[in-house]
Parts: sequence; structure tokens; C-alpha cells
Amino acid sequence: MEIFVTAVTIFVLAIFVGFEIITKIPPILHTPLMSGSNAISGITLIGALYAAGIQESNITKILGLLSVIFATVNVVGGFLVTHRMLGMFKKKDTPK
Amino acid sequence: MELVSILNLSYLVASILFIVGIKQLAHPKTASRGNLLGALGMLIAVVATLFDQAILTYDWILVGVLIGSVIGIILAIKIQMTAMPQLVAVLNGFGGIASVFVAGAALQLSIPKYATAVNYQEIVSIVFSAIVGGITFSGSFIAFGKLQGFITEKAVRYPGDQLVKILVGLTAVGLGVYGCLEPTDESIYWILSGVSLLLGIFLVIPIGGADMPVVISLLNSYSGIAASATGFVLNNNVLIISGSLVGASGIILTQIMCKAMNRSLTNVLFGGFGAVATEMKDDGDFYSGKVKSTSAEEVAMLLDVARSVVIVPGYGMAVAQAQHTVRDLYQLLTARGIDVTFAIHPVAGRMPGHMNVLLAEADIPYDRLKEMDEINSTFENVDVVIVNGANDVTNPLAKTDPKSPIAGMPILDVGNAKTVVVIKRSLSPGFAGVPNPLFIADNCLMLFGDGKKATQEMITALKES
Repeated sequence: MEIFVTAVTIFVLAIFVGFEIITKIPPILHTPLMSGSNAISGITLIGALYAAGIQESNITKILGLLSVIFATVNVVGGFLVTHRMLGMFKKKDTPK
Repeated sequence: MELVSILNLSYLVASILFIVGIKQLAHPKTASRGNLLGALGMLIAVVATLFDQAILTYDWILVGVLIGSVIGIILAIKIQMTAMPQLVAVLNGFGGIASVFVAGAALQLSIPKYATAVNYQEIVSIVFSAIVGGITFSGSFIAFGKLQGFITEKAVRYPGDQLVKILVGLTAVGLGVYGCLEPTDESIYWILSGVSLLLGIFLVIPIGGADMPVVISLLNSYSGIAASATGFVLNNNVLIISGSLVGASGIILTQIMCKAMNRSLTNVLFGGFGAVATEMKDDGDFYSGKVKSTSAEEVAMLLDVARSVVIVPGYGMAVAQAQHTVRDLYQLLTARGIDVTFAIHPVAGRMPGHMNVLLAEADIPYDRLKEMDEINSTFENVDVVIVNGANDVTNPLAKTDPKSPIAGMPILDVGNAKTVVVIKRSLSPGFAGVPNPLFIADNCLMLFGDGKKATQEMITALKES
């Protein structure tokens, strides 16, 4: 129970932090923000690593492998495409 | 120091990097660094986890990371900027299904323990992961299918659809409760996951293409919540923190978008554009004999004497991949001393801010892009407005017809300009399924054609004149 209360505390505080830091985003950045935060949601990868590394049974290994693959696609694809998108915003200053 | 403490401190560092990263993503100047900080945070979290003693072997991890990285890199590099919303939807779905599998594996590990004592925090979180992760996965793929044109973009409505949604939803909740009470029965978990997948389909399929930006953003939020739930399963703070950060930011974006369309979230989720579209099918009559069609040469003559021009890009332009041609037109006009700006509706394209990305890709200077509120009052001083593949966002019915499905949606008041040229392939209605009275306005000329070809013809005609 003790652990649960701590976890909920962290959860609630993080939600408030989330609300506070994203109040006034310019519309121009909505898409990169979405894909960037999407990449962060791939943090499930941490859980996937445990599932794949714990060698309990074949089922957990397979579930672990699948979750590692999907979460890695989410993380790698998400950060990379966000980087690509933001690169386009930067480029503009030079030719002008 | 103990290994566990080092691990937890690494997670703390990762969490801080995520928070700072998201904060920097919200400002144009720091956005790129913010994204890199987020990636660095992820790297730290992953590397720290690999040192955890609970992880015994690395072979399956290595294989998974390799396969996932290759797929991720290919997707991110190959994707066209116009297809960005689809990609975000797909990646989102992957995050969701990963949470389902992680929770499933955690359940596997815990079942032997449950025979003696049930850990309710764990089992409730596992069940919650299955529901939210499942909805995120199938919902995201339906959104992807709609955007890609695999599934009809129209809102799929049928009699009793709300009832079906409620029934499937209740089934999921019922199974979830049962799963918590009988945690040793593993099959329940997989049945529950299956029902959640169904629920995701039923929730998203009745929503029309025009509402996809809101849906994607909401699903993004769900994927964060699913990750957070996985954090409760594993008692892992970095998962809880970053998951709830994403969940909160997704909800805020969703709210902003709903506001831009002047609709409530419930209206998007349960009402939907297109629900009333069948009532207005007489498009032919609506437009007959009142539309003035024009040619690229004629538009070139108009542009030749214009002093100020506003270009309104819409998804039609994006589909035609016309952003580079539009940039050429912009440069040509600017070189002739014409003041050219771009009017960006908040929900132009299929993702908020998507149009900005496309125009940025084509090297159109940042300061030429004007947001709706900024440009709306200036239209009466504009000589020519070129609407390229946009429809609903310029439809005056939003202001005049309270019964219209787009009633109340803020629009670009292009009709106030001296002349409006609308580039469009046909008179077909947009996502919202309503005719646009702008097209029969006295000052409106229709240039029928593909957004790219028509722009190209205008450039040629301008150069010849």
C-alpha cells in the first residue's frame, strides 16, 4: 500500500508538471511536439526490456521480444522523425 | 552505492531530461535540442535498465532492439512529410501494443505468486494496461487506415452505434473487474485484450477524417497513460513520470484542437462530422450555373496587377505534393514586389501544425506564415487570395448556418478579399460533407485542377506575361 501511494503521488505530480509546461505552445510546433512526446511514450521499452531479459518461460520471452520490437520502433522512429521535422524549421534561417 | 540506487538515480536523470525536453519542444528556438534531450533521457534509462540484476540474458533484447531500430529508422527516413500524421498514428499504436505485451508478461511472472497472495496494485494496473493499450493500438491503426485511404474517411455510422460502443465498453470493464478478482485465470487477460482491440475499432471508426487530428492527439495521450499504467505494474517511477507527462500533454493538445474547431471533445467522439452529411446531398443544384470557372492565364493577369496576395494552403495542396511549386510561386511573386503571406488555419492539414511542417519543408520563410487570428482582420486589404486545396476552413456556412455540421468553427474570412481564386479538383464537398457558398460568391473564381499542376500553370503564365 505504501508503495502504491508513493506511485500515485508521483503520477499526480507528473500530470501537473505536464499541464504546466505545455500551456502556450505555438501552433507551428504542434506536430513535432506530438511526435516527440509520442516517442517519449515509448518508455514502455523499459518494461519490455525486463520482460525480454527475465528468462522465465517461453511465453514471457516471446511477449518480451514482441514488446521490445514494438517499443523500439516507437522510440527510434519517433525521435528520428521529430528530429527530421525540426531540421526543416531550422534550415529556413540560412537562405534568407 | 548499491546498484538499485544507481539505477533509480539514472531513472531520475532520465525523467528530468524528459521534462526539460518536452518544455523545450514547446519553443521554436529550443525545440530541436529538446528532442535530443528526450532521446538522451531514453538512452540513459535503457542503458541503466540493462545493468539491472533482474535481467539475465541479453540475446532476445538485442534481437528485439535491432529489429525495432531498423524498422524505426526506415519508417522515419522514408516517410514523406505529407504522411506524417499516419506515421505518428502508427508509432503511437506500437507504443500501445507494447504496453499490452509488457503487462501480459508481468502477469505471467506473477501468476504463481497470486496463488497465495494477490497484489492488487499490480493486477489492477495490468488489467488497465490491457484496456488502454489495446484501445490505443487498434484505434491508432484505424486512424492510420482512414488517413491513408485504406478505410473510408467518412464517419461510419450505423443505427445503434452508440449502443454497440457502450456494450463493448461495458464488456471490457466487466472482464477487467473479473480479471482482478480471478487473477490466476490468464486467459481472461487475453480475452480482455481482444475486447479492448475491438473497442478501439468501434470508438474510432465512426469518427470522420476531419476529426482525425483530435483523435490522433487523444490516442497519443492514451499511449502515455498506458505506459504510465505499465509503470504501476512494475513499480517503476520513470515509466510513471514520463507516461503521465505524455498523457497530460496529449490532453492539452486535444483541448487546443477542439477549441480551434469550436467543438467539444464529446462532440468529436460521439457526434462527428458527416453524421448529418446525408441531409445535404444536392450539391449539383447548390452550385449549378453560379460558379465562375477561370484559367491559369486569367489568374496570372490578376496576380500581375496585385499588390498583396494571400495563399491559403489546405490538405489538397499537401496531397498534390504542391508545397515546392507553391514556394516557386511565392518566390516569383515576391521578386515582383508583391507582398505574399500564407494564412494557416489551426487545423489545416490533418494534424495540428502539419501545414507549418510542410511549408517549412519547402523553405517558405517562417515569418510569412500567419495564424488565423492574426490575418483574418486584414483580408479586406488583400487583392488576391489563392485557396489551394482547402475547403471547410474557408466555408462561411460555419458562421451563417447554425445547423451546419461545421457551425461555429472559426474560419479564414477569405471572402472579404477583393478576389478569391480557389484551386480545387472538383466541387466535391470537403471532409465535413457540406457545400461551400464561397464558391458561388461574386468575387470567387474556381480554378479546377490538381493543386500542383494548377500552380505550375500559373507560374508559366506569369513568366510569359
